Parts: sequence; structure tokens; C-alpha cells
Amino acid sequence: MKKRNVWIAMFAMPAIAALLMLVGSPSATANDQASGAGAEVVIDNFVFGPQTVTIPVGTTVTWTNRDDIPHTVVSTEGVFKSKVRDTDEKFSYTFTKAGTYPYYCSVHPKMTGTVVVK
Amino acid sequence: MPDKKQDLIDQQLQDLNNDGVDRRGFLKCMAWAGTGLVWTMSGGIPVSRAFAKTAGKDAGVVADFTFVQISDSHIGFNKPANPDVTATLQTAINKINAMPHRPDFIIHTGDLSQLSKPSEFDTLDQALKGASAKQIYFVPGEHDMLSDNGEQFLQRYGKGTKGTGWYSFDHKGVHFVGLVNVANLKAGGMGSLGHEQLEWLEDDLKGRSASTPIVLFAHIPLWTIYPDWGWGTDDSAQALSYVKRFGSVTVLNGHIHQIMQKVEGKVSFHTAMSTAFPQPAPGTAPSAGPMKVPADQLQQVLGITDVNYLVSGRSLAIIDSPLGASAPSPAANRGGSRIVGSIFG
Repeated sequence: MKKRNVWIAMFAMPAIAALLMLVGSPSATANDQASGAGAEVVIDNFVFGPQTVTIPVGTTVTWTNRDDIPHTVVSTEGVFKSKVRDTDEKFSYTFTKAGTYPYYCSVHPKMTGTVVVK
Repeated sequence: MPDKKQDLIDQQLQDLNNDGVDRRGFLKCMAWAGTGLVWTMSGGIPVSRAFAKTAGKDAGVVADFTFVQISDSHIGFNKPANPDVTATLQTAINKINAMPHRPDFIIHTGDLSQLSKPSEFDTLDQALKGASAKQIYFVPGEHDMLSDNGEQFLQRYGKGTKGTGWYSFDHKGVHFVGLVNVANLKAGGMGSLGHEQLEWLEDDLKGRSASTPIVLFAHIPLWTIYPDWGWGTDDSAQALSYVKRFGSVTVLNGHIHQIMQKVEGKVSFHTAMSTAFPQPAPGTAPSAGPMKVPADQLQQVLGITDVNYLVSGRSLAIIDSPLGASAPSPAANRGGSRIVGSIFG
């Protein structure tokens, strides 16, 4: 059972993630920017997951805090900044320009992530 | 490094302040040994001799007094790790009020609130009004600066302080310095004091006699406990360089919701338990999030820290008492103190 879980974590999860991205990306580029294709980042155990998301221009990224501790989502370069997000609270931001957007939790600055907009 | 650590242990195993606790007795009373810090211990000089030398000269400079440190009340937190943090804060206050000698003051080392909400600060204030010690000194935790860069914290608890809330005061010959290491944190970093505060600290300590006992207190540990979880302060080395020349330095922190201590030369580092919920020992869990323990064990992992300055013997004793233990008495403290990590190299 344990072995199986590890296998799922190591191989299946990235595979599922890759599949989701394959499915997600073309439809996102096909859509009108304003109609807002979405990407999800989950905060779990003081980690942004996935740590890096690559999205087409016009995509809205939604962060959800699944921890028992409040976090924030703050662009390192001052592009976006969430209010403090308690358990299950969300923050969304729509990326309208291509570029690389590093961000962190200003409460727990060891928590970092990146949004790559292509 | 291992040699240094061994030296430290060897020094501790001597009868340092003639209190009758010899090498064997010391080992027997390890719970006490871990929590009682002898602040005149310094590189290689038998401390009992140092006591004898200084006791007469400095007698009367430092009067007997006690203060209490509480930390990480997180008022507003209501998750399974502790659905009633106001009740456990109240238990901590009851414990303070039951002390045989009223402490001169209380130091709260931050995370008063969970979300920096006015109602959370109100609840904390209401509870602390019932404490026997009326003077309370605060420093902010990161939870107290969530929504407004700490404006509200400053208005309520930081009147007359500098910058984001740092200050110093003297009490019966001891110099206390409250520092803020939770403001303007940088991506990827740990706690931070910042240039302006460091300059102020250097200036604040300048001109003070090296024999003045110094107590530094701040929310995040001023020594690196576990960088992966941000349990340290990036520029603490600079701050500690300013206190090097002093004969006795005690550093009191919170943030990690468990007792950790370390003695390095003349500097004793100590972190306090939370009054709200425990956190896991470094690296023993996927993250530093709240740790759920069975309800009947919660009060054993929450607590208060009382610090006694004793003129006789010139020693400083830091005693951690879990909320679940009976009212403080020397025996109860020995039995009740709980060390999660003792000397940490």
C-alpha cells in the first residue's frame, strides 16, 4: 500500500498534471482572453503547488489556502498582492502580459512560487 | 563544533553556582538543568568563582525579581489544534496569578492575534486585564501585522516605540530590548531586523557597562533553528555582535511554539511555548503548521515561562511551566518543565 502511494506520488501525479495542462492549454489559447481561462494553485503544508505554473496570456490564476494558518500571495516585483487569506479563502489574479512573475507569502517568506505567462 | 559543545556540557556538569547540585545531581535534575540558565557562565572560567568575585561587588545592583514571558496566543485561531485559544490564554493568566511572588511584568513575544483583527486584540486585552502584573511589554509576531503593516499593533501596543515597534527599557539594573523581526520580510528569507533597527540597537547598547545584564526579546528566534521552516533571523548575527562584550545576555523568543534552548558563550537563547497550540519539532512534519494532540494532552504542550533573577548566586533561572501543571513551586517546576530540544549545536 505504501509503495503504491509512493508510486502514485512520483509518477501518476505529474502525469495527471501534464495531461491536465495538455488539455487545459489549447482551450485557454483558443478562448478569448477576457473570457478567463483558469489555473489553480493550492497552498498546502506551507507550499505553493504547483510551485511553477505556466499559462497563456489572459489566464486567471486562483490560489486557495488549504492550511490552518493564514497566508498571502505577493508578487516579488509588486505586480499583485493578496489580502491575508485564511483557511479555504481564495485569491485570483489575471495575467495580461507575458513574463515571469515570482511571488511569495509575505507572512512565511520561505514559501515561494512562480507564474510563467507565455 | 563537537568539542565546543562538549565543553559546554562539561561546564554545565560542574556545580556552577554552589547550589549543591553536583555532576550527578545535575543529571538527575535534567529537567531543571535544561530550563535553568546560569548567565554568568563564560568561556572556561569556573562560574562559581565568577559568582564569588562579582557577588559582593555587584550586590544590590540587580534586585531579586521575576518576570513572565508568554507567547503566541493567536487569539482568533479556532481550528482543531485548539478550538478555544482564549480559554488557554486565560489558563496561562491564572497560572501567572497563582505564582507565589507577583511578577514585576509580563513580556508577550508576539502573535497576540491570528489575523490582526481588532476584535482579536480586544479579546486579548480583556483577558490580560485580569493578570496580576499590570505592566506588559509586547513585540509583534507576523500574525499581528497581517493587514495593515502593523499600524494597529503600533497604536495599541507600541506607543512611544521606534520604527515598526522596537524599544528598550531598564528594570532593576537589567537592560531589556524588544526587537521586531517580522516586518518587511523578503521572498525566500527568514525573520529580518533590517538596517535601521540594527543601527538603533548598536546605538542603544553603546555606552552601557559590560556588566549590565542584557535581555533581548523578539518574536522569531534570533538564532537559526531550522531554516527550511524559516525558523531564524537573517541578520541576527549583526545584532548579536553588538552584545558580545556584555557578560550576560539572554535572548527570549517565541514563534516556534515549543521550548528550545542553546547557550553560546555568554549568550543564552530560549524559545517559549505557545498559549494556543503546539507546533512540530523541526523536520518531524511536512510543515510547521499547528499540531493536533489529544485534547487531554493539550495543556502539557502549552505554557508560560517565568524568569527569576536571583541576587544570591547571581544567576538567572528560566522556568517553563506547562499549563497543565499545578501552581509554580520549585518542586513542581522541576517536575513540570519540559524540554523539547536541549542544547542545540
